[in-house]
Amino acid sequence: MSTAVARRSSLPGFGLTMGLTLTWLSVIILIPLAGLFLKTFELSPGQFWDILTSRRTLNALKLSFGLSFAAACVNLVMGTIIVWALVRYRFPGRRLFDAIVDIPFALPTAVAGVALTQLFAQKGWLGAPLAELGIKVAFTPIGIFIAMVFIGIPFVVRTVQPVLIDLDPEIEEAAASLGANRWHTVFRVILPSLIPALLTGFALAFARAVGEYGSVIFIAGNLPNVSEIAPLLIVIRLSEFRYADATAIAVIMLLASFLIILVVNRLQRWAQARIPVH
Amino acid sequence: MSTETSFVTRAASLRAYASTADLAISPPAIHEVSDRARRIAASRNLLNEPRPIRFIIVALAISFLTIFVVLPLVVVFASAFSKGISAYLAALTEPEALSAIRLTLLVAAISVTLNLVFGVVAAWAIAKFEFRGKTFLITLIDLPFSVSPVISGLVFVLLFGAQGYWGTWLQAHDIHILFAVPGIVLATIFVTFPFVARSLIPLMQEQGTQEEEAAISLGASGLQTFFRVTLPNIKWGLLYGVLLCNARAMGEFGAVSVVSGHIRGETNTMPLLVEILYNEYQFVASFAIASLLAMLALITLIVKTVLERRLDEGQTPRDISRDDPSDH
Repeated sequence: MSTAVARRSSLPGFGLTMGLTLTWLSVIILIPLAGLFLKTFELSPGQFWDILTSRRTLNALKLSFGLSFAAACVNLVMGTIIVWALVRYRFPGRRLFDAIVDIPFALPTAVAGVALTQLFAQKGWLGAPLAELGIKVAFTPIGIFIAMVFIGIPFVVRTVQPVLIDLDPEIEEAAASLGANRWHTVFRVILPSLIPALLTGFALAFARAVGEYGSVIFIAGNLPNVSEIAPLLIVIRLSEFRYADATAIAVIMLLASFLIILVVNRLQRWAQARIPVH
Repeated sequence: MSTETSFVTRAASLRAYASTADLAISPPAIHEVSDRARRIAASRNLLNEPRPIRFIIVALAISFLTIFVVLPLVVVFASAFSKGISAYLAALTEPEALSAIRLTLLVAAISVTLNLVFGVVAAWAIAKFEFRGKTFLITLIDLPFSVSPVISGLVFVLLFGAQGYWGTWLQAHDIHILFAVPGIVLATIFVTFPFVARSLIPLMQEQGTQEEEAAISLGASGLQTFFRVTLPNIKWGLLYGVLLCNARAMGEFGAVSVVSGHIRGETNTMPLLVEILYNEYQFVASFAIASLLAMLALITLIVKTVLERRLDEGQTPRDISRDDPSDH
């Protein structure tokens, strides 16, 4: 190991590049984020608690986290189905649909927001038939849920896809040769080995949906206590110059997303430990 | 020759166990088909799902992607052209639209350039050297990916806003950061921070340091080594990072919306103008701007697919020759 370190350090520029990296990282990321946490210390714990437990804040947080969880669940199921179709089957337009999965990543969120609203509005292509069935999507929590499903789908697909591609076919062949029927092979052999990837995709989709703003606010309706997501409440508090309120909500959301990163990192380590090194 | 024989033996063993299992489960009608076809069918049954299930899965995948992903994209263009091409072009040549396009290009040019330089510098330090806390440093660089765009804007309001830490000082010296171009650039740099570094670090780690060491030992300077040895090796990965960074920089909405102040003709980027026009029920104009951003997204996706293929090609020969102990 020591020879490797010595060999590596024979390249120039470590001090300079490391110094620049840390400086730029501090200026752009660390100092601004530290400012956010410092701001919360200007609040007494009682004030902090009052902000978070006010009816409007609680409702916004419940809505954001609850709908994100539901949308991530849909993404998990539909994402698995899409990955399965893309990896295991050959059908016309497969490569095109494979590329299409990335659109929610690439499409600017404001564009996705107005497009989904137009689509699901009462006179929209999908909104009109749904309205006849008595289902109102745009400007209700269902609309928020739809937008969250839209932005979350690539996370599950792109996390699970490489794992399913790399899955050793001999495992399936062995299961089949030992007398397992296809149903058992899929649900007892293949899906369990995808679990770390599935959970990672789920967590990423969930985290993205919780923080999402652009694609949600157009379709949401933004009625306080009913269809107002937490990121929007932050924006509203800022526009009212209630910085403390905005900061308190932001800190809670940040802590939640840090928790999710931690979980994702653990999941990935778990996944690596499960896959034997070739 | 040897690969062919191994394939044949494997196929034979596969057929052998498929046919034994087949006796137990398949309906008698299948026995009427020729022996070979029956074996193939049996092996398919065990290693693939039944036909109706396959059909349902593909149908579900296609209809979900069509409804949730393709239709919104089609709606953008359909709405943009709903009043004809002349209305579309008129909307795009409005002074407000032109100033938004100019601002978006300016902000993207500045923030992508800065993140490009930072990304290369950070990737050099992280990929070419061993040090403690490397994983932690990568996590810090990744941080903006997991921060809500609104919060990415909020942190700059807290620093530079009228009630922020440096607000009074900035006001006294008549420096405008918030509700002006510098604030928009800062917020954009924040949200696009990880792209270039993240696309370079794994690539450069995989390539190791031997080629650079050879160049140095032959008397090249550090910069010469970087530009003549490293850069040609990482050019596709670098382009990949810049491409994604640029797409996000031009399309960013939440963070920019918080710091921009929405001053018409001054601090409205294209995504912000989409919002304003939509809220004013100017649907054609709103979707005209949105269609430009959608085209940017589509072009980005196409170029990304091409680059991914290049990157895959570049990796195969290198995988064989690599002996990098640091990976595991």
